[in-house]
Amino acid sequence: MNFAFSEEQEELRRTVRSFLEDKSPSAEVRRLMETTEGYDPAVWSQMANQLGLQGLAIPEEFGGSGFTYVELVVVLEEMGRALLCAPYFSTVALAANTILHSGDDAAKKELLPGIASGETIATLAFTEDNGRWDAEGITMAASKSGDGYTLDGHKMFVIDGHTANLILVAAKTGQGISLFSIDADASGLTRTPLTTMDQTRKQARLEFSGVPAKLIGPEGKGWDTLSRVLDLAAVALAAEQVGGAQKCLEMSVEYAKVRVQFGRPIGSFQAIKHKCADMLLEVESAKSAAYYAGWAAAELNDELPVVASLAKAYCSDAYFHAAAENIQIHGGIGFTWEHDAHLYFKRAKSSELLLGDPTYHRELLAQRIGI
Amino acid sequence: MDFRFSDEDEAFREEVRSWLAEHLVGEYAAVGGGGGPADETGWDVRREWEYELGRGGWIGLGWPKEYGGRGATVTQQMIFNEEYARANAPSRVSFFSEGLLGPTIVAFGTDGQKQRFLPPILRGEELWCQGFSEPDAGSDLANVKTRAVLDGDEWVLNGQKVWTTLAHHAQWIFAVCRTDPDAPKHKGLSFLLVPMDQPGIEVKPLKQLTGSSEFNEVFFSDARTARDLVVGDVNDGWKVAMGTLGFERGTAFLAQQLQFSNECQSVIDYAKKHELGRDPLIRQRLADAWIGVQIMKYNGFRTISRLLATGSPGPEASISKLYWSTWHRNLGELEMELMGPWSQVLAVGEVGEYDPEGFLQTFLASRAETIYTGSSEIQKNIIGERVLGLPREPA
Repeated sequence: MNFAFSEEQEELRRTVRSFLEDKSPSAEVRRLMETTEGYDPAVWSQMANQLGLQGLAIPEEFGGSGFTYVELVVVLEEMGRALLCAPYFSTVALAANTILHSGDDAAKKELLPGIASGETIATLAFTEDNGRWDAEGITMAASKSGDGYTLDGHKMFVIDGHTANLILVAAKTGQGISLFSIDADASGLTRTPLTTMDQTRKQARLEFSGVPAKLIGPEGKGWDTLSRVLDLAAVALAAEQVGGAQKCLEMSVEYAKVRVQFGRPIGSFQAIKHKCADMLLEVESAKSAAYYAGWAAAELNDELPVVASLAKAYCSDAYFHAAAENIQIHGGIGFTWEHDAHLYFKRAKSSELLLGDPTYHRELLAQRIGI
Repeated sequence: MDFRFSDEDEAFREEVRSWLAEHLVGEYAAVGGGGGPADETGWDVRREWEYELGRGGWIGLGWPKEYGGRGATVTQQMIFNEEYARANAPSRVSFFSEGLLGPTIVAFGTDGQKQRFLPPILRGEELWCQGFSEPDAGSDLANVKTRAVLDGDEWVLNGQKVWTTLAHHAQWIFAVCRTDPDAPKHKGLSFLLVPMDQPGIEVKPLKQLTGSSEFNEVFFSDARTARDLVVGDVNDGWKVAMGTLGFERGTAFLAQQLQFSNECQSVIDYAKKHELGRDPLIRQRLADAWIGVQIMKYNGFRTISRLLATGSPGPEASISKLYWSTWHRNLGELEMELMGPWSQVLAVGEVGEYDPEGFLQTFLASRAETIYTGSSEIQKNIIGERVLGLPREPA
């Protein structure tokens, strides 16, 4: 029984943190969030070539380094802390997981090495205008045409959908929900970037008009894969949220120690001190939930669906609360564009809603534990 | 990171299980594991059970073998607590003896004190109570005024303690007393061990809002104890008392967490049975309660792992009291809402079987939990100042 990171995992954390302190300081986040692409291709390459981050949890036979989900949790936590602007969540948590769990060996051989090497930016086009994250939300049609399939309709809120060069699409055939892959330059595909409140995470609208697509995994069995992918992605997002929440707590505590009013640091007032204590309670609890969920994801055990929803619900609330309190503790300066508090606040809200909000996940959890 | 147990640990688990299966029978099994340190339900049976545990060698699991303990590893202590709660074994009467005083003596006591006081605790014979709080020393614990003065080979005590849980059952009290009134308030305290059965001690029950009287006032009027029954140095009692409070958690978290888990499940079962589980708002609150009980477990695992790796608990340990007491209070409120008007009926005529789950007891008793052993507000001060390093309130 051991619930601690190993020395190698701590070393990975230190390496990623120092890389991101160098490559993703506030000034870089602000530069990239103003761009349509929202990432730096040079940093993306270094992430793959120097640190092997994109292929971290991809098995060695598919070009990755074969580490577990626990290592991925460490990396995502650091990315959330640094507000890294890059299509990592979409490529690794959404797309690579979808391919890995599709049961389609040919697709794994064909697509995963490109992701591991950093050449491929990928995403999963799941949501539509209805914004739902359940099976009923998927209405877009795929139809058989010759040896392949064609896609018609549109997808909405697709993370990094405008910069990905590999897009996995959830659509319905006569046999039910199925998964498809398309190239970004496929004919009939129109990609429109969305202007988003959280500028550090980009979204796009994708319109399909007779787009040729390749089936991934068995037709009609797409939901089995997607259900697992959503759980794994929820764990990944929970890890990001924990990193952001911890950073908000640190910013608050640091400021409460140096900001003087009424002749004393505001952190000596219980009104502020107790806010910070509440944040610590939630941040530490969020870490426990995300790390435990990371272990369940690494094991792919029976607990995964329950703890994924648990972690997503709890970490979403904890991050948003910490980000909101961070603004309140900073007072007026926390409301300015210049201060980073709003960047975390917006990321916290967008992450809270991504993959389903806490209310949705508590309901899912209730179903999963038999209530 | 791995939540599986070794073969050795699984063998230990088997040993615990089979002992419990053999001994946890009859009225011991019937009394169940509800309640807590401040709950006298089923006292006589629970008191007998403590001797049974002592005969089985299950008291002082983690204490060193040289003092009669089992020298069990932290993981084994966790397993014992887990199996104990899973079997719904009786709530312990020895919280202050085995849980607090024993570890304090092991850490700070003299050889003589260890030989005198540890064996009776290990046999389940002697029960202790905790003499910390006073009328003017609650959250401000260092403000204790009970005086202890040396008279030849004995300390003479005068003053009053309050909220002394189970003092009416205890043979001994460990009391923080002022031994140097001229020193700064944290510097003039000593940690004394005092026999309860003497003319100088009077115990008066306090009737609580639950209607029962687990708490007491303890009055010292020229009460006496031997000169060598001071733990740690004279006037260094604050350090010892803080150490004692540190032992309040330990590996017992898992037993408590499982007890809470059982309680949460009974709330879920109640909601399902009464078809309240279809209400979306109730579903949200049940899920939230269930999340809370799991988080307590994960936090506890992290604390134990940190303890094993570094020898000291991490920041997640300090939030434990604040977390569980708030969670349990909220659960009590949910329980009342689920019962609706039935929560208001204690009996109809002579028949009082309307709350078999004990929901009302949780609702009422949990109000004490956010107050005792450091109120939630004091916990937040401690977290703010000692974990986050925020400046203290100016004096």
